[in-house]
Amino acid sequence: MIPPETTSKEPQQMSTAGEQSEQETVPDLSALGEHRKGHGVKVRDLHAYYGSVHAVRGIDIDFPANEVTAIIGPSGCGKSTMVRCINRMHEEIPGARSEGSVTLDEQDVYGAGVDVTAVRRMIGMVFQKPNPFPTMSIFDNVASGLRLTGTKHDNLRERVHQALRAVGLWGEVKNRLNAPGIGLSGGQQQRLCIARAVAVEPEVILMDEPASALDPIATLKVEELIDELKNRYTIVIVTHNMQQAARVAKSTVFMLDGIVVEHAETTKLFTNPSDERTERYVTGKFG
Amino acid sequence: MSTSSASLLPQTSPGRKRKDAFMRGVLMAATGLALVPLVLIIYYLLYKGLGALSGSFFTTDPNGNFFGDPGGVRSAILGTLEIVAVATLVSVPIGIAVALYLTEYGKEGRFANLTRYFVDVMTGVPSIVFGLFIYIVLVVSHVGGSGFAAWKGALALSLLMLPIVIRSCEVVLLLVPASLREAALALGAPRWRIVWKVVLPTARTGLVTGSLLAVARGMGETAPLLFTVSAASVLTGNLNSEMNTLPVQIFNDITNPRSVVVARAWGAALTLVALVLILNLIARAISRRSAMT
Repeated sequence: MIPPETTSKEPQQMSTAGEQSEQETVPDLSALGEHRKGHGVKVRDLHAYYGSVHAVRGIDIDFPANEVTAIIGPSGCGKSTMVRCINRMHEEIPGARSEGSVTLDEQDVYGAGVDVTAVRRMIGMVFQKPNPFPTMSIFDNVASGLRLTGTKHDNLRERVHQALRAVGLWGEVKNRLNAPGIGLSGGQQQRLCIARAVAVEPEVILMDEPASALDPIATLKVEELIDELKNRYTIVIVTHNMQQAARVAKSTVFMLDGIVVEHAETTKLFTNPSDERTERYVTGKFG
Repeated sequence: MSTSSASLLPQTSPGRKRKDAFMRGVLMAATGLALVPLVLIIYYLLYKGLGALSGSFFTTDPNGNFFGDPGGVRSAILGTLEIVAVATLVSVPIGIAVALYLTEYGKEGRFANLTRYFVDVMTGVPSIVFGLFIYIVLVVSHVGGSGFAAWKGALALSLLMLPIVIRSCEVVLLLVPASLREAALALGAPRWRIVWKVVLPTARTGLVTGSLLAVARGMGETAPLLFTVSAASVLTGNLNSEMNTLPVQIFNDITNPRSVVVARAWGAALTLVALVLILNLIARAISRRSAMT
């Protein structure tokens, strides 16, 4: 595994050939081609509202490139809202608005004239409930990101196969690419949705409780995949499951009532939190 | 099970049993009462109409002769199909477009709600009013060079069908899960592509069903056609001329003193009901197929 801090453009682990055919059921990011360094996201003084409800009340967080950052906190603390502000999905809700700045590699996501669809292509999203398109086959679901954005891809077929390999779904579906996507199991559907997000080649992937609708084994597979994905993308994962945060995230953010209480290395946040509220939350005393 | 008062699970009291039986009886009676006219209509249609049906009934046109064979209803069947087809081509695309506007763009905005209100009012407008409207606007002024014309009847029918299409399609489009629109938005898709590639395909079968129900409704309407198409008895494909239709044929035949002509009206009525029934069956078959996938 590459240390996330690497600045090398060398495809270190990626091009070790021979691995991909023997294990088609494990995530294989080398299928996506040459390794790139991801881009970090900075959130500054972010406020978000639903009508008159002030859900996110001034947040500053750095999401470093090629790292998994977990967001934890009790229900209604604004974690999902904050994450949806990063790719400007928040504003799709009637009456919702936000203030403050979000930058992707120093470029303002909310800048004047910025194409909101371009923002979302760069910052992909995976939802709590797997949501493959019911009218589309497995193949078409993965291709949908490219087709829906009007991206011309010289070799769509190959691109779809690569994305399926990257999420470790290839071995399970390669013989039924034309079967409906909703015919897969819940865990497979969620990985299909991740493949769909990956196929658009984003820089950042936001995950809003991606495993909360899945059984433990499917959850484990998704977590392994997240661990693999961080080599290529910046990952932000909202989770209710503190063990999950501990397993996948390098650093963890604890939110409460729309503000960040503590942001620290995951091990520190869970074993030796600086804030008393964090300690009470992670030890299960409230929330 | 003892009847002692200490029993944890006492038996149903006789009073409640009586009430239950009474209510069941009332509801059954109401259902039976509602079924009486429905069954009678079907019975009379078959009883009076089946006799008129024959090979020549479907292959000849009404000839207007005062004696002998009055002819069949071929021109009326084809005229109805033609006019309804034109009305469908006008009302369904516009109706689906309006429904898309309401669900995808207008949502709960003021203009959208105003539109919904007018659509609801339109649904309740008696069909004869649509006929009168087209009569005043298009027939009296001889628009297109002729007075009565099939296309004017088709327009009147499409006015009648439009609100039905809009309302039924809006319901269907609202059933498309918001999570799918969200998934497509998060991929960076522009809204028109989401509508085209996600919303419409997902709702497709429901849109077809909703449209077919509006078509079935339009097919049986007489009043909008009386003042707009009038009634020619000869077969014509010319949309700019008078045309025969099943409802108007029935309307004219049933007041005729000759019993063979009245019998033809019953045959035409049976034919019309059969056409509507077939459309409904198609709509149901389509929606059932979608429910399985």
